[in-house]
Amino acid sequence: MACFLASILIIILLAFIIGEILVNAWPAMSKFGLGFISGIQWSPNRGLFGVLPVLIGTAASSFLALLLSLPLGLAIAIFLSEDFFPVPVRQVIRFVVETLAAIPSVVYGLWGIFVVIPLVQQYGAVLAAKFGFIPFLSGPAYGNSLLTASLVLALMVLPTITAISRSSLVAVPYTLREGSYALGATRWETILRVIIPTAAPGIVASAILGFGRAMGETMAVAMLIGNSQRLSWSLLSPSNTLSALLANQFAEADGIQVSALMYAAAVLVVLTLGVNIAGEAVLRRTKKATAGLG
Amino acid sequence: MTGTASNLPKNFFSDSGKKTSVLRLFRNHFLTGLCIALSLLTLVPLFSIVFLVIQNGLPLLSENLFTQLPPAPGLDGGGFGNAIMGTLVMVGISLGFSVPLGILAAIFVNEYASGSWLASTVRFVAKLLTGIPSIICGVFAFAAVVMTTHKFSALAGGIALAILILPTILLTSEQALLGVPYAFREASFGVGATPFQTIWRIVLPEAMPAIMTGVMLAVARAAGETAPVLFTALFSQNWIKGIMEPTASLSVLIYNFASLPYAYHIKLAWSASLILVAIVTLSNILAQVIFAPKHQ
Repeated sequence: MACFLASILIIILLAFIIGEILVNAWPAMSKFGLGFISGIQWSPNRGLFGVLPVLIGTAASSFLALLLSLPLGLAIAIFLSEDFFPVPVRQVIRFVVETLAAIPSVVYGLWGIFVVIPLVQQYGAVLAAKFGFIPFLSGPAYGNSLLTASLVLALMVLPTITAISRSSLVAVPYTLREGSYALGATRWETILRVIIPTAAPGIVASAILGFGRAMGETMAVAMLIGNSQRLSWSLLSPSNTLSALLANQFAEADGIQVSALMYAAAVLVVLTLGVNIAGEAVLRRTKKATAGLG
Repeated sequence: MTGTASNLPKNFFSDSGKKTSVLRLFRNHFLTGLCIALSLLTLVPLFSIVFLVIQNGLPLLSENLFTQLPPAPGLDGGGFGNAIMGTLVMVGISLGFSVPLGILAAIFVNEYASGSWLASTVRFVAKLLTGIPSIICGVFAFAAVVMTTHKFSALAGGIALAILILPTILLTSEQALLGVPYAFREASFGVGATPFQTIWRIVLPEAMPAIMTGVMLAVARAAGETAPVLFTALFSQNWIKGIMEPTASLSVLIYNFASLPYAYHIKLAWSASLILVAIVTLSNILAQVIFAPKHQ
């Protein structure tokens, strides 16, 4: 009986979380409507609340992080699933990636402030001077920037991408490799033309779930992205994300600002749940697909 | 197939001497090198983080860190005993809520109602909860606790963390229960035990080490999380007086002190990182050690 109640309670809990956020967001929802999402001004003093720049910052930082970490994660996943090295060496790399997952977000933030920000500032200035004509790299170069946050985010989502890609690579039946080798293919021809295409749905799922994690990451981003609501094309200028906005403003907010932040939180929930459900759906299909191959 | 000699290719054996083209071999080696190089690249930031946390965190490490309060802005000396205490209290509160709830639900899903519509719904909800960003747990606790009690408190922080770790506990407990061989249950039923006796006397004790693994992993996660406690427990310069007061935590201390212009506070932030990483690593190692025996 207690077990039954506990289960029911967990289902109610999710509904309660979403309900509580929606109820508190309602004043802002009814006041600003969809203009909240397309608005480009966020200045609580003047009662203006629009999250478009923050939404763009969320999407841009997550996408950039994914762009950086997907090749890296895939390389590690191949490293771990192929036998380039004996098992102990692979175990060390696996341990390293798992350790990356265990380091708290706020420690990444602290490290980012003292290591990544100076690096981005230094090389960003050079980049901006040489390639400033490209909108993405136009100056002035700031240390607290979209690029800094994305670099650290890439590191943080790496374990997710590696773990899921690896398990889908390992799931590729050995007979497929043998068949490919028997036809005279080299190891990498086998990897690129047989193994990766077979594991592709799993790799796509890892990318989607990594994207979802990057969108929700809060502390490291809040410490590194610069918290600016101004729209800019440049990767070297400060930006903001939904989660960083919540982290920075909740403690000092009151009145309609709390409600507006709840609205922003609701948007974040919808986005991350959507991405995660899509990722899980793809992952489920992968399992079905590879199950038939064995 | 008659298999006459004329069916064989003329140069059947001579082909084996032909080398794979240089380009293909080069590409093969190049990609292997690239893959290894990219994998080793990950070591650089990890070593950088671990090295800096130890290098900057170690000098201040003394018993003062654990027994004293943070200094006023600009001053030196002192520690963050209140933050360590606050972290432990909030992790404790979160375990108090989520461990019983998670384990009971896992028992329901795996023992009483496995395969039912309700069980798969609970699993699905747990999966959804893992996908929710940690800061949303904070937003929820803010709405549900802080706004109703009109106070930032350790309780609110603990509840936020409880929601965060609930899916971890539920899903690992479920795996733990699945790991108990079915023969154990059959044997128990065979000597006339009721389902209740079977679950509580046979299955649960057997699954306990693996369940504890989940709990230790949850402790590691809860101790390291910042976003859920940032605006639920807020922060405090003083020792914790009760669970209905604003409370310091190691993670929020790192966040707050990292951006201060005072050298000593930044050193404290690094020391707090060292202790936080030590707590997280220790819980992770404990999880692995406890998990070692039986069925896996």
